[in-house]
Amino acid sequence: MFHFSNIVRTKGDPKILEGGPSLKRPEDQLARALGWFSIGLGAVEFLAPRRITATLGMEGHETLVRAFGVREILAGIMSLSVDKNAGLWARVGGDGLDAAALLSGLTSDNPKKSNIALALLMVGGIAMLDYRAAQDTRPRRPPREARRKLYPNRSGFPKGLENARSGAKQIAAHPMPERS
Amino acid sequence: MKALVWHGKEDIRCDSVTDPEIQDPRDAIIKVTSCAICGSDLHLFHNFIPGMLPGDIMGHETMGEVVEVGSGVDGKLKKGDRIVVPFTIICGECDQCKRGNFSVCETTNRKRHLAEKVFGHSCAGLFGYTHLTGGYPGGQAEYLRVPYADATHIKVPAGIPDEQLLFLSDIFPTGWQAAVQCDIEPTDTVAIWGCGPVGQMAIRSAILLGANQVIAIDCLPERLSMAEAGGATTINFETESVVERLNELTDGKGPEKCIDCAGMEAHVMASQPDTLLDRAKQMVMLESDRPHVLREMIYVCRPGGIISVAGVYSGFSDKMPMGAFMNKGLTMRTGQTHVNRWTDDLLRRIEQGEIDPSFVITHTVPLSQGPEMYQVFRDKRDSCVKVVLKP
Ligand SMILES: NC(=O)c1ccc[n+]([C@@H]2O[C@H](COP(=O)([O-])OP(=O)(O)OC[C@H]3O[C@@H](n4cnc5c(N)ncnc54)[C@H](O)[C@@H]3O)[C@@H](O)[C@H]2O)c1
Ligand SMILES: [Zn+2]
Ligand SMILES: [Zn+2]
Repeated sequence: MFHFSNIVRTKGDPKILEGGPSLKRPEDQLARALGWFSIGLGAVEFLAPRRITATLGMEGHETLVRAFGVREILAGIMSLSVDKNAGLWARVGGDGLDAAALLSGLTSDNPKKSNIALALLMVGGIAMLDYRAAQDTRPRRPPREARRKLYPNRSGFPKGLENARSGAKQIAAHPMPERS
Repeated sequence: MKALVWHGKEDIRCDSVTDPEIQDPRDAIIKVTSCAICGSDLHLFHNFIPGMLPGDIMGHETMGEVVEVGSGVDGKLKKGDRIVVPFTIICGECDQCKRGNFSVCETTNRKRHLAEKVFGHSCAGLFGYTHLTGGYPGGQAEYLRVPYADATHIKVPAGIPDEQLLFLSDIFPTGWQAAVQCDIEPTDTVAIWGCGPVGQMAIRSAILLGANQVIAIDCLPERLSMAEAGGATTINFETESVVERLNELTDGKGPEKCIDCAGMEAHVMASQPDTLLDRAKQMVMLESDRPHVLREMIYVCRPGGIISVAGVYSGFSDKMPMGAFMNKGLTMRTGQTHVNRWTDDLLRRIEQGEIDPSFVITHTVPLSQGPEMYQVFRDKRDSCVKVVLKP
């Protein structure tokens, strides 16, 4: 089987013959996809806010869109990191803000209100995915109050702790040459 | 052979790979009998240390039996010898090796140009670590090629189980060096941040070196209980103020000696806001490390004291309190461990029953379960402290 990584191996080093299973779960892949989506959307919001406000009939709110873009990018970066769970929850919160902002533009005199409705639908869909991914990627660290095995008998000193201490004291008792 | 291979962030797999071969006359090949997962491997698992490539074999705590030697190994090793492999690859001949500064051997980093760019000078080649340190295939595998094998080995006798000897490869000498660097005097209080495997070894080392009082700091009850068993007074930094407690235990004067066995991934928590800021900066690549422990040590250390850093830092740390560091007249000593500088003495101490480093092992599993064990060790599930893998 072809393994891309074998191309960069230093000559003579072991090369992959057959890959073993990855522990990445579907929810990890989903988190990754949402992370990149977040960064992409954030970049568009940040770089082309006017296009977005024009499409939504919400001209004049470019600064808000820009700020949302920054938020999307940061949440995206977090979702791609080892702290992806925090990133995904940040996205869930962000979806709420998005929905609130869109709803504020859903007035009867907005000629683009059908676009806003469509955008709301999309935000709803994405929010469901964000929520799913956030639920499924909860850190697996045991909670603080979880019961744990303790190791009160593992001193590591076969002759006992006191023996180890007194051995060191005996050595220390031999006077060292005076320091000048 | 089977080996644990890095494929990306949080993605280590047990792959089938080609067997290593002798590439240089100074090489030897060993059949691995035991290997372990180290806290440093977690930094790589999280991709916090730059310079890993997909396909890299993990592992730098390894021992086994020599099955093949190159023509240049010069009688120093022969087939059938039982050796522990130090994680630092050493030539034994350069200026630094002659001084015993093995982890900065001038010869063995085969990608030295990378290290010279980033660090100013090259350091020794390391097994199963990043390409900054040579990108040498690691020992979480069935076989390992040991470069410069005539110098890069610790011969160990038959009759002592692997579990007692394996940690001569890294964590035992690392904890030892961290303590030796403190110049411990019989009146000293030594405070140790982090009760992972390295911290546990540092605690025992400080006791054997005659510290008056050893204080260990962590937040995990199982690790604190193990620290206490080794003779330490403990502080849980989630429920207590580290600075207050350390001052209490030293009549307000602070510990003379402070050891960092936590490293660049300090626990992130709201009650230590600097860790939140570090984490945020780390994500947007404005900072590579989270040096909370370094800051705390400088703040609490007794003036004139010594700070010894065993925990790994990878790049840039912000908001270092240099004012306190300078005005308090502190000394900082650091380094990847000069493993072979200490191992003769430490092997003797194991043989004489002074210490048995196997106390730290909580999990022993087949190599094929390695990928799961990275997660268990990282998440501190099942009261895990140290994982040994059997190929
Ligand atoms: N210098 C060397 O040659 C060398 C060799 C081996 C390991 N290391 C490094 O030593 C460090 C520890 O290794 P390990 O195998 O024990 O890893 P580990 O991850 O099991 O242990 C780290 C411990 O530090 C604790 N910790 C986190 N934040 C803390 C804080 N703010 N205060 C006190 N404790 C805190 C954690 O709870 C954990 O128990 C790592 O950085 C590793 O890379 C260095
Ligand atoms: Zn290590
Ligand atoms: Zn050398």
